Amino acid sequence: MADTHTTTHAGLAHHFDDMEQQREAGTLGMWAFLVTEVMFFGGLFLAYILYRSRAPVEFAVASNSLNVTMGFINTLVLICSSLTMALAVYYSQVGKRNLIVLFLLLTMALGLTFLVIKGFEYHEKYVEHHIPVRFATYEFKWEGHAGAGGHEAASLPVDNGKVEMFFWLYFAMTGVHALHMIIGLGILATLVLMARRGRFTPDYHSPVELSGLYWHFVDIVWIFLFPLLYLVGAHLH
Amino acid sequence: MQVPVPFSPDQASSYSGQVDALYGFLCALTFLVGIVISLVIIYFAIKYRRRDETEVGKPIEGSTKLELAWSIIPFCISMGIFVWGASLYYKMYHAPGEALEVYVVAKQWMWKFQHLDGQREINELHVPVGRKVKLMLTTEDVIHSFFVPAFRVKLDVVPGKYSTMWFEPTKAGRYHLFCAEYCGTSHSGMIGWIDVMEAAEYQSWLSGGAGEGSLASSGEKLFQQLACNTCHRSDAQGRGPVLEGVFGKEVQFQDGQRLIADESYIRESIITPRAKVVAGFQPIMPTFQGQVSEEQLLQLVAYIKSIGAKSPGAASTNAQPAKPAPPQQ
Amino acid sequence: MRNRRNQRRLSNRVFMEIAEKVIPPRTHYLNATYGVKSWLLTTDHKRIALLYLASVTFFFFLGGLFAVGIRLELLTPKGDIVQAETYNRMFTMHGVVMIFFFLIPAIPAVLGNFLVPLMIGAKDLAFPKINLLSWYIYTLGAAFTVVAIILGGVDTGWTFYTPYSSTYSNGNVVLTGVGAFITGFSSILTGLNFIVTIHTMRAPGLTWFRLPLFIWSHYATSLIMILGTPVIAVTLLLLALERIVHIGIFDPALGGDPVLFQHLFWFYSHPAVYIMVLPAMGVISELVANMTRKNIFGYKFVAFASLAIAVFGFLVWGHHLFVSTQSVYAGMMFSILSYAVAVPSAVKVFNWTATLYKGSISYNTPMLYAFGFIGFFIIGGMTGLFLAALGVDVHVHDTYFVVAHFHYIMVGGTIMGYLGGMHYWWPKITGRMYPEAWARFAALVIFVGFNLTFFPQFLLGYMGMPRRYYAYPEEFQVLNVMSSAGASILGIGYLIPMIYFIWSMRYGPHASANPWGAFGLEWKTSSPPPTLNFEKTPVVTWEAYEFTPRDEMVVVSVRDVLDETLRPRPVGSE
Repeated sequence: MADTHTTTHAGLAHHFDDMEQQREAGTLGMWAFLVTEVMFFGGLFLAYILYRSRAPVEFAVASNSLNVTMGFINTLVLICSSLTMALAVYYSQVGKRNLIVLFLLLTMALGLTFLVIKGFEYHEKYVEHHIPVRFATYEFKWEGHAGAGGHEAASLPVDNGKVEMFFWLYFAMTGVHALHMIIGLGILATLVLMARRGRFTPDYHSPVELSGLYWHFVDIVWIFLFPLLYLVGAHLH
Repeated sequence: MQVPVPFSPDQASSYSGQVDALYGFLCALTFLVGIVISLVIIYFAIKYRRRDETEVGKPIEGSTKLELAWSIIPFCISMGIFVWGASLYYKMYHAPGEALEVYVVAKQWMWKFQHLDGQREINELHVPVGRKVKLMLTTEDVIHSFFVPAFRVKLDVVPGKYSTMWFEPTKAGRYHLFCAEYCGTSHSGMIGWIDVMEAAEYQSWLSGGAGEGSLASSGEKLFQQLACNTCHRSDAQGRGPVLEGVFGKEVQFQDGQRLIADESYIRESIITPRAKVVAGFQPIMPTFQGQVSEEQLLQLVAYIKSIGAKSPGAASTNAQPAKPAPPQQ
Repeated sequence: MRNRRNQRRLSNRVFMEIAEKVIPPRTHYLNATYGVKSWLLTTDHKRIALLYLASVTFFFFLGGLFAVGIRLELLTPKGDIVQAETYNRMFTMHGVVMIFFFLIPAIPAVLGNFLVPLMIGAKDLAFPKINLLSWYIYTLGAAFTVVAIILGGVDTGWTFYTPYSSTYSNGNVVLTGVGAFITGFSSILTGLNFIVTIHTMRAPGLTWFRLPLFIWSHYATSLIMILGTPVIAVTLLLLALERIVHIGIFDPALGGDPVLFQHLFWFYSHPAVYIMVLPAMGVISELVANMTRKNIFGYKFVAFASLAIAVFGFLVWGHHLFVSTQSVYAGMMFSILSYAVAVPSAVKVFNWTATLYKGSISYNTPMLYAFGFIGFFIIGGMTGLFLAALGVDVHVHDTYFVVAHFHYIMVGGTIMGYLGGMHYWWPKITGRMYPEAWARFAALVIFVGFNLTFFPQFLLGYMGMPRRYYAYPEEFQVLNVMSSAGASILGIGYLIPMIYFIWSMRYGPHASANPWGAFGLEWKTSSPPPTLNFEKTPVVTWEAYEFTPRDEMVVVSVRDVLDETLRPRPVGSE
């Protein structure tokens, strides 16, 4: 009877009995952590739902001023990054070191692309004075947006305060999301370094799997954010 | 239904006794449960005390019947208490139709009262005994809470909206008024008195009152001062809806929504006019936020109520105002 | 090697060692390694528990100092000892410090961290480094809060209601909020660790229904920690943004809703009170079972009651908003649900009481604390029924009635549970026994002091004295003086254990592996335990609290109880 437990795996932590227990614990831990993230974002989504139900017109009109094209491209970028991440996980399961590194790097590149496009979007909002702050040198201004919304949108009466609320929620929600992406990039960078050193084998690749869970979660949050923030006023054309 | 309980304030309103009755019941229940369980514990603790170092207890797994019994019975009692409490609450928060109205504005750290007849009081409210009094409250700054222990009544005042409470004083006297929501440095100084007077005394107090005229007439003056009448008029130059007869009627808005015009709607229309635009009109009304105080808003509301004639709740599908009636004095 | 001559056999399951001449283990977790680094960089859950013990004890006394200030000022109706602003900051910091830095972490992070792996036969928690990280996060959050206190504190009440906190207060709202925000992550990580550990690291044979009830309570608590704490995090974040950038989410002048803050705040803060009380209930279950030397009556019901409290606890937050202009119908829903959540708590009390029947009850200090807990919890819990009754709550909301209610639960409940647990597991944690006579005396002082402090407050509340009042009308003075007198007695009661616990670490008699003759895996290893907890991973073949083997168990009927109870007990029988 082959005894696979006498040789302790290099990656086995001292307090676990075996690799399977360690893996089980890690996976459950990551899922539990993601549940806490759902609750964290949940508060912001709640505020969004509340204020949107009170100001549907303002939200539609303000949403129209966002760059749907950039948002859509970002959505595609993130979906692709989830694909590359899944492939990285797959290759870590079969132990192809170079491919693990390749797909992790691709995921990072896509994540970075997302952030860069976001940066352009934020800049656009900054130039249009849509950032909802009031300082001596910079103030929020809303004069209606004759862009994508068209004439129908411009003629609706809007309460500027409520329009500002939309932008505030936009920046808060996408900002917190972007923060999670940046943290994700850090995690991926660490994984790349570990993969290059050959740390992942078919026997031990949980860090890749668990980071994959995190990355997919951040992606899913964006899937919810995109329609709720960008497509609200799509009917106003 | 006057059940006096120890360590309680005067029973000075129509529902003080009712609240005390529920409280008294709960006290008795607590006392009973506490005594019974304590006695059982003491009895078992003595009878089954450890007599020997190596003694162990008798292994008893449990009893599903007991568990069900002591889950279901407390639950049923709780539901009974719930119904009792909820029915009291419902009564407290549904203001009766006919009541003496007083408007209250809270601010750090005082209570400002405005009677419809024009009397203004600070930190002291005079009301007649035996009549229902309805308060409409708001605050100029932070959340406060209007608390009269003798009446067993309390309501938060929230900035940006009107809240309504009512009570019926049943005993003449002078009762504490407290602010019950922390509001800053002098929170504990934001106290006052409710003076409940016999009918005759109240009348004489009223007649010795303000020379400024009623709340509605102050509102009318403000209406002209702020040039509201330049748009809100019934001739060809009018660009806003006519306000005579509006109060208490159903209003339809541009987006198809409808509601009955009440105090909160009037206030909202002055502060954020674009929130609800009446169907058929342009969204050109400027906001008066920052130009009128909460008290002035109440005066305007009182004025518009006075030219409305009906109280809220009288719905009508006709969105157009009736023939303009002359403003009431 | 266990010295069998010093053992008494309680049953074929439990051996109790008599401390005639106890030889302590040579190496254990306390002396395995030396030096500051070995403590500050430890990943041993037992050492981390002691790091937390030091921190929470510091904050307990800091919060206590604020309480002293409050009760001194309230001796007289007029404000005379401090300024109003100072008083307002004192009660706020009392609440913030006690809740976030003492009550929420105390039992889970001290007793839970120490005992969870021991009770399930594991070598450590699932994520030891994250455990250490959670202590550092706690310390960072605590540092922010201490800085906030030094800079003058904040005066909004620990509830931070808007718009006062977001727009009007002159205090250090953001700094204090950041402190609480950071510390929340410590809570989340602890809860996460417990959940994963309990799921994946139980010893062979240790099925769910063989777990000690302490573990069930901590599992339920951990569920609340991970689900609820992120919400207060985002709420404090929103508050900070509102205060700094004036977005308007809570400011009506900018289109926001101040009552939204209350909903968001209480969505966490109500479950938070169950984070505070469930672990204490877990301790009480352990104390009652082991000090009566029998299984808890209705074990499964008690286990499920913990879960029920955790779940229902999330559904009742609106009972803090009955007079806030929340809809009347919403109020009714929350009131019904609040009664629903009271039932599992009551069930636990009944089960503990029933466990006493035919037990072998010891009167040592842990049991005294358990009795105290049950007594106080009955009063605290029943007064919760007053508050859930809508008609009564309108009158007593924001008065001293509420203050008395929650102090009965948090101090009369949680702190009694904490102290009971500390006394019970002190020999296991330190390898020393505390002096029993002094401990019983202190328990008595605490009991008397507590009742004298807080019972008058129920009366004050119904009479109409609002809370957070710096000065009050004359007619409330007598009860206030009683309360302050009680507080000084209570303070002394808390100081006494501090002194003798510290004394015992040096001079207390050595404790054996199982000085109480108790049941549980933690008592099967030495006192103090070795770093990796067990010499060999135990294999569990017994049920929870199986002082007597399974086949000798009986299912009792009410008739039996009455028969037995009314018949005098013969001498020398079981």
